[in-house]
Amino acid sequence: MGTIAEEIFSKKLSRDVSAGEIVLVDIDVTMSHDNTTPLAIKALRNTGKPLFDKNRVVVIFDHVQPPASVESATLQKEVLQFIKKEGIKNFFREGICHQVLVEKGFVLPGRVIIGGDSHTCTYGALGAFGTGVGSTDIGVSYATGKNWFRVPETFYFDVNGSFNKGVYPKDLILKIIGKVGARGATYKACEFGGETIENMALGDRLTLTNMAIEMGGKTGLIKTDKITENFLKSRGYPYQEIVPKDPNYEKVFEFNVDDLTPQLAVSPKVDNVYPVEKYEGTEVDEVFIGTCTNGRIEDLEIAARMFKGKKLSPLLKTIIVPASNEVYFEAMNRGYIKIFMDAGAMVCNPGCGPCIGRHQGVIAPGDRALTTMNRNFVGRMGSDKGEIIIASPATAAATALNGKITDPREVI
Amino acid sequence: MGKVFRFGEDVNTDEIIPGRYNVTTDPKALADHCFFEVRPDFCKNVNSGDFIVAGENFGCGSSREHAPIAIKASGVKAVIAKSFARIFYRNCINIGLPIMISDELYDVIEDGDEIDVNLKEGKIKILKNGKELRSQRFPEFILKIIDAGGIVNFLKNHDIGELEDGI
Repeated sequence: MGTIAEEIFSKKLSRDVSAGEIVLVDIDVTMSHDNTTPLAIKALRNTGKPLFDKNRVVVIFDHVQPPASVESATLQKEVLQFIKKEGIKNFFREGICHQVLVEKGFVLPGRVIIGGDSHTCTYGALGAFGTGVGSTDIGVSYATGKNWFRVPETFYFDVNGSFNKGVYPKDLILKIIGKVGARGATYKACEFGGETIENMALGDRLTLTNMAIEMGGKTGLIKTDKITENFLKSRGYPYQEIVPKDPNYEKVFEFNVDDLTPQLAVSPKVDNVYPVEKYEGTEVDEVFIGTCTNGRIEDLEIAARMFKGKKLSPLLKTIIVPASNEVYFEAMNRGYIKIFMDAGAMVCNPGCGPCIGRHQGVIAPGDRALTTMNRNFVGRMGSDKGEIIIASPATAAATALNGKITDPREVI
Repeated sequence: MGKVFRFGEDVNTDEIIPGRYNVTTDPKALADHCFFEVRPDFCKNVNSGDFIVAGENFGCGSSREHAPIAIKASGVKAVIAKSFARIFYRNCINIGLPIMISDELYDVIEDGDEIDVNLKEGKIKILKNGKELRSQRFPEFILKIIDAGGIVNFLKNHDIGELEDGI
């Protein structure tokens, strides 16, 4: 009985738990990446305990992949030694952790997953409880197979209506964050429902849950349904229903997307959200389409449709990074990669790309980047004298075509 | 007794330590870049025993533990904020960086003021006016982790199940 979060923890512990309780639970999957694994290994070693269960560990190299400096290469070498020594089979370098975990079937309804990455909150789009933790918490799960949680209270976002042409789920989540604020949902589970969500493709649902952390949320959650079931069954993964039962929500927010327009989150905070019109015509130096928020095939499809037969100015850095190899292959098969390269965009290997500010499109002082990322913090993409603006893939593609911020509804 | 470095609201982990400096796990090297861009005087002037005071949502953003490690290694005795972002809060408890939650301090303190703190009793004394404030108490099981000096130290001598006794 309860919210999706309460349902998951109750199933897990075979007893009814409710928000506010502190619980110790078995962790189904412990994930970390090249940036957070080195400290997790240190934590495990310092406990003096052996790795509890290597089969529940997943390590992904995605943040700086392939390594772009001696320092990152050295740290990754240490992680590789750990992987070899412990015999960890679930090691991948074929895209962003959150995308790869979903594609490979690690994210299943009802599972409790922790990740050494704040965007682990993404997994709730499939009815799993995913939450970001630090490396020491990863080390704790390495050593014990368990970790503690405070079962969170839930904010429910009831979303209805249909998107207008040129308006996308990214615009919705930016609108929500602008309203709730960067810390408005701190510690809370953010559950999304309503007819708009029920009709939304899985990839788009991932965009919403991915950004729950940007309003402070512990996780983003969406009840499972036919769309979840079809996605999992088509890949041969098991499905179980995870839905709220007579839930008691701390707060309910209502949104209607019928009148929603393209939105921007301007530097330096994700809740600085304005309609695209306010900044239309502002020149940009870089456009980046990718990340765990918007690097999926649905996102690349939007850009490919808009770039087809067009030429981008070489004065602009236009960077496209598919979220995973699977996405990359699909984009190749559909001809998108050729369209991007014909247009003059730079297509990089799957991974986090410039979102981490260490490679593949670092920005200079005075640069303004329009990106499909989830964060616009000062210095995140490189120089702290640069500016980061977040938008949907359509707004990013329209902006790339004109070299200045453009309402995608004028181009589509 | 230590000096206060007062920061604002929503201080994020990219400000505490930008991603491009997370190329080491050496605490000292991380401390060298703590607040490197937003407040370059911090690394130069911070002394062992000083304090960070901030508003709501301190430590929001990335899960990178490099952030609390950098603060701890720079000698900061405690971070006192109105509230903390969730992952950062866990990370501090886990690595043994003392944090305190105070609704009042941020509004009455200025940068450079001196305070004295008793972590165990949750007391904060402002030296310029002698005013004493109290911080929020931690739940029992979190105190167990804090008392052990962090979760890694706790696990050296205990089974994780023993945490449940305090839950």
